[in-house]
Amino acid sequence: MIFDFIEILFTAGFWAATIRIACPLIFATLGEVICERSGVLNLGIEGIMSLGAMVGWMSVYLGADLYSGVLLAAIIGALFGFLHAIFTVYLGASQHVTGIGITMLASSIGFFSFRLILPSSTTPPKIIPFEKINIPYLSDIPFIGEALFQHTPFTYIAFISVIIIFWLLNSTPFGLSIKMAGENPMALEAQGIDVLLVRTVSVIIGSALMAVGGAYLTMSAFDAFYFGMINGRGWIAIALVIFAAWKPERALLGAILFAGLDAYQVRAQQLAGAFIPYQFFLMLPFILSIVAMIVASKRTRYPKALLIPFRRGERH
Amino acid sequence: MNQILEVKSVSKSFGNLVANKDISFNVNKGEVLAILGENGAGKTTLMNILFGHYMPDNGEIIFKNQSIKFGNTGNSISLGIGMVHQHFTLADNLTVLENIIIGQNSLFNITLSKKESKEKLNTLIEKFGLPINPDAMVSDLSVSQKQRLEILKTLYQDCELLILDEPTAALTPQETESLFKTVRKMVIEGLSVILISHKLNEVLSISNRIIVLRNGKIAGEKITNHADYKSLASLIVGKEVSYPKKKKNTPKGEFLRAENIFYRTEIDLDVKIKNLNLNLFGGEILGIAGVAGNGQQNLAKLLAGHAKPTDGKIFMEENEVNLFTPKNFMDLGIAYIPEDRNKDGLIGDMSIWENTIMTEIENQNISNKFGFINDTFSKEKAERICEINDVRLQSINQPARLLSGGNVQKLLIGRWLNRNPKIIIACQPTRGLDEGAIAAVHKMLLEARENGNAILIIGEDLDELISLSDKISVIYNGQLSAPLYTDNLDKLKIGMMMSGEGFGND
Repeated sequence: MIFDFIEILFTAGFWAATIRIACPLIFATLGEVICERSGVLNLGIEGIMSLGAMVGWMSVYLGADLYSGVLLAAIIGALFGFLHAIFTVYLGASQHVTGIGITMLASSIGFFSFRLILPSSTTPPKIIPFEKINIPYLSDIPFIGEALFQHTPFTYIAFISVIIIFWLLNSTPFGLSIKMAGENPMALEAQGIDVLLVRTVSVIIGSALMAVGGAYLTMSAFDAFYFGMINGRGWIAIALVIFAAWKPERALLGAILFAGLDAYQVRAQQLAGAFIPYQFFLMLPFILSIVAMIVASKRTRYPKALLIPFRRGERH
Repeated sequence: MNQILEVKSVSKSFGNLVANKDISFNVNKGEVLAILGENGAGKTTLMNILFGHYMPDNGEIIFKNQSIKFGNTGNSISLGIGMVHQHFTLADNLTVLENIIIGQNSLFNITLSKKESKEKLNTLIEKFGLPINPDAMVSDLSVSQKQRLEILKTLYQDCELLILDEPTAALTPQETESLFKTVRKMVIEGLSVILISHKLNEVLSISNRIIVLRNGKIAGEKITNHADYKSLASLIVGKEVSYPKKKKNTPKGEFLRAENIFYRTEIDLDVKIKNLNLNLFGGEILGIAGVAGNGQQNLAKLLAGHAKPTDGKIFMEENEVNLFTPKNFMDLGIAYIPEDRNKDGLIGDMSIWENTIMTEIENQNISNKFGFINDTFSKEKAERICEINDVRLQSINQPARLLSGGNVQKLLIGRWLNRNPKIIIACQPTRGLDEGAIAAVHKMLLEARENGNAILIIGEDLDELISLSDKISVIYNGQLSAPLYTDNLDKLKIGMMMSGEGFGND
């Protein structure tokens, strides 16, 4: 019996599922990392993901090709990011309140327009989502090939975006500015750089990534959109940012860890569902994430200016 | 000498507060201009206008024959103005080099040219003698290293006019001297420096010319060679200031003894106070000298009962103290004047009379047995306390936050003196006060000493501490030196001790 539980870890299917589940979390966590690194908490994440999922799916359903769908999702995410930035960056409003507002607005707009366009569908219509491509040679490697190299292009984009965001934050002037805006905005201003601009652009980029994370669900993981499909993934991403200590490479690690637990519990349910209530398995990833979070975040440093609005010409 | 900067009738107000009014002056190439003034005289506001943080209401500033675009730091930097702020503008999470190059490349460049930048930085480090490791994290730097970084930042941007805002506030005397060496080198290289300060001695030693600001206006201008301490002090205040003198006094018995105190906070478990021994005698002032952040705050909190020592004993008049609460320490005769008087000393939105009687709330005349406050009696009492201690106010009912810093301090000390304390713990009692208020606070503390109180003063200004105290101990990294008598004190030695000389390394 115990061997069966361990054996799960040695199936390629488990690892492939882990990667699949991790992707939306990777996009969302990266997006939130960029926002928070610049000093802006974006609690609009859950709604922006929801809207991104709807817009991406709907545009393909209405005839766009898949990549345009992803792009449209990103654009709508960017728009809501800009809205968040207007309130929190330029008007200095509470980031918590604005974020919750954005979440409610964005997800409601998503559901409402879905119902407007498709009034009477009880079983949600489907699109043809991204299809798996086998990477030549690599996908033929036993076990590793099946686990890592037989995924949809969208999945590979998720991993590439980790590299891009890592490079952005660590090797470009704009990345340095983001980090400085979240640590000591006065320092950035003293170097003659517009803090508000840096923060706004960061929130826009971050929100676009969140929407793309939502779109992954409807365009790669599944093929349909239904209500409540984000199911708290945005909030998980908020927690993963802390686990990741605001670093993109650790965001990848955190997303994979959480996804792994999720993929594991589904399989464990099938093994032990007969004598242990399945709800315990559903709890598993969340409980273990809380434990991991406590252990990992004990020594992390918050960006010092997180949540603090910056106003020019004010005494600091 | 040719002129590099000309400021023409600049004015700026924040709401009703006039910070700068009609200010005009100029700076020549290769000159150190000092701007002196009390806190709130408008020095920093003026510099923030010059550097582009604030928009002035009117006026014009001409730099190298070009008019400065206001409210745009980027413009000021590109013209060649650099500023080292009083509170450093550095990001702790980045390295020295990253902090410097951030404003250099265009924001949306693809790459950072770290290698060339490092070469340029290293040449500057050599040329001006400002040693620092370009790859160190800013969070690991000491205060003086951070300041070096700030100066390098401006030099890297090819600045021609450097503004130093209160640069010596957190430096030891030796570090100050090395800063001034750098300033002299810069002037020889043809740069101009504006130095903001309220330390007269330093200004007299480094500057070529002095401008004094008072209430937002220029009160006077002097060539340093023709200026002296006393005339500058009265120019700053606007009237003659007479500082009270310390009289001979024979100390009475021991009031407080701290033995082998250790203290670590529960949050990070870092040891903040190590093996500290201290004695306070009646009729004597013990001064604690040290660079800010070496454990002064924790020491004060321990002695005021705001924190419990992890190890060690405190005796008051030979009785061991077991209960470490502020209330118990107050009952034992301790008065605590906190460092941040507006935050920890009073409640700004409550009235002056409420703040004045706050420490006497259990007095039967003030609150009766049902817990109600006797307004008439309390107000009379508060009025009396304010009058005795020369707290200047319009009405006893106005909110306490409207009082000026000096009046707040007089109120706080007066409120304690009314309780007839035995021991006074004063943290930075004159920080940020103007010369007149400083003299008043000195007078109150010296009178308390003559009345037989034991007093501990934690201070940053060594000259002030020496003039007030009978003995001085130096605090460094949570350790306290043995007290030295101030009668024939070697200032240089104190300065060395402030930077760690003679203390163990652990």
